[in-house]
Amino acid sequence: MIRANELTKHFKVHRRPPGFASALKSLVHRKYEMVKAVDGVTFTIERGERVGFLGPNGAGKTTTLKVLSGLLHPTSGEVLVAGHVPFRREAALLGKITLVMGQKSQLIWDLPPAETYALNRAVFDVPQQEFAKTLAELTELLELAPLLDKPTRQLSLGERMKCELAAALLHRPTTLFLDEPTIGLDVAMQVAIRDFVRSYNQRHEATVLLTSHYMDDVVALCPRIIVIDQGKLIHDGDLRQLIKTMDPDKRVSFTLVNGVDPNEIGKLGIVLSRDGQRFTVKISERDIPDAVSHLLGTLKAADLAIEDPPLEDVLRVMFGKHKGPAA
Amino acid sequence: MRSAPSRALRALPTLLRIGVAETVAYRAEFLVWMLTSTMPLIMLGLWTSVAREAPFQGYQAKDYVAYYLANMIVRNMTGNWVAWQISEEIRTGVLSMRLLRPIHPFLAYASSHAAALPFRSLIALPIAVILLLSSGASSLTTDPLQLALLLPSLALAWLITFGILFAIGCCGFWITQTFGVVNFYYGVYSLFSGYLLPLDHLPYWIARIAEYTPFPSMLYAPIALMTKHLTTDQVTSLLLHQGLWAVGAVAIAVVVWRAGVRRFEAVGG
Repeated sequence: MIRANELTKHFKVHRRPPGFASALKSLVHRKYEMVKAVDGVTFTIERGERVGFLGPNGAGKTTTLKVLSGLLHPTSGEVLVAGHVPFRREAALLGKITLVMGQKSQLIWDLPPAETYALNRAVFDVPQQEFAKTLAELTELLELAPLLDKPTRQLSLGERMKCELAAALLHRPTTLFLDEPTIGLDVAMQVAIRDFVRSYNQRHEATVLLTSHYMDDVVALCPRIIVIDQGKLIHDGDLRQLIKTMDPDKRVSFTLVNGVDPNEIGKLGIVLSRDGQRFTVKISERDIPDAVSHLLGTLKAADLAIEDPPLEDVLRVMFGKHKGPAA
Repeated sequence: MRSAPSRALRALPTLLRIGVAETVAYRAEFLVWMLTSTMPLIMLGLWTSVAREAPFQGYQAKDYVAYYLANMIVRNMTGNWVAWQISEEIRTGVLSMRLLRPIHPFLAYASSHAAALPFRSLIALPIAVILLLSSGASSLTTDPLQLALLLPSLALAWLITFGILFAIGCCGFWITQTFGVVNFYYGVYSLFSGYLLPLDHLPYWIARIAEYTPFPSMLYAPIALMTKHLTTDQVTSLLLHQGLWAVGAVAIAVVVWRAGVRRFEAVGG
């Protein structure tokens, strides 16, 4: 279980304008600003939950993950992960958690990934047999075989991410902090990683806290999402409920077989896009039955699909609202 | 999970093996780094020319040869770059990944640097052979006690040096960039450890100050065991000093680490 209560993390940041004169001035007089990266965030995540952690750049997501994994001392507030205070970094906790950061490597840069795996096996005290079994499983799933003996520095970003994920899971942690785990991966591998994380979560009843700029990751993996902006928690709950609350209208996409007056389509709702005879129209939920019946019956539409609004759009609206009207 | 010391002990062979692999990853760089500690050779040339005509402060030319070649061996076996490594990892946030492993970073860094020792001996051993064959051979000790205690003394010198450089690297938690501190340290070290010139060549008051610092235990003590004819009391005192400074250096390193890591900002990512 993960519990954060009024979690706050402030950073003292040195600010100076560009230029030679300000560089010299900063030698004798420095201006510091206190940045509230995380500002009184409270949430609880039960064991086995998969939670998406969302927010715009600089919202405090990664800082929160770093506090939860014990890398940062919180400025104030209480944090418990699997019954431990993270910043004490007790071995018992470190054996239960993992942190994957898409932008930061835990692999030894000049050596092949296999050496990092051996190191992790030794320091996490993973029995040899269990290690061999887990590594074989990860190697097959992530297609690591050709990468294991190649120096990390010569791996592509996507290859490195796959190796990072394996390194992070070799000790079979029960709490996964995943910060942009699919960054740099091709679409097929993104899907494979999502499937793997879901299956790992189900097999080991592992708790997953995920941040990603790929909303598909979040939609596919996380029934619950926590949204923070400017360090403050602005939503914690069911993903579908959030979408419904923020934007209850549906997106109806269809292709018209016969030529139809575009004004006819405009009467159904707001036309969001048109590509030849393919339309996407925003229609309120209560008008959907009539609209669909009209499209299929009268207008002879084909390939009709009804979808929720994309999470990206919902979040854009949400962050816009949270910031208030522009000055 | 096993206790921390038990886990560390079991992990040690792998840590050392990885350390060796890291050391040899950049063969040319490693060789060049080892060959850069040539200051004793420069000092050797200087002092042997001073002592060519007549002994200087009791040192004949062959004594200088013995002293500076022993100096090179000890420096080669005890020097390390952990201060740069730690401060760089703090500055770039790479340290984050070490913190996620259940092993104290002091031990992790120490094993990685200790793993380089066999390779350093590739340089140190030929120097030792030259030392034996050169005119300095007659200035070396033949005392069995001194010879027996040479390895423990080198190990303690290594530990003190490592502990102090580890603590200096941890200053990066406060000041981010520690090059200035490291340079200052090397200045003081060069003077007080006997690296530049034998401690008995220093002005009396400087030599007295040096006695109260860890620097002689980091270099001069093993050199003295190799090149001086010491009484049992002197040998005991040297080793005792080294032992105490080793405990002190490790304690300082761990305390500075604990205080500093609270300030770690884990930048990047």
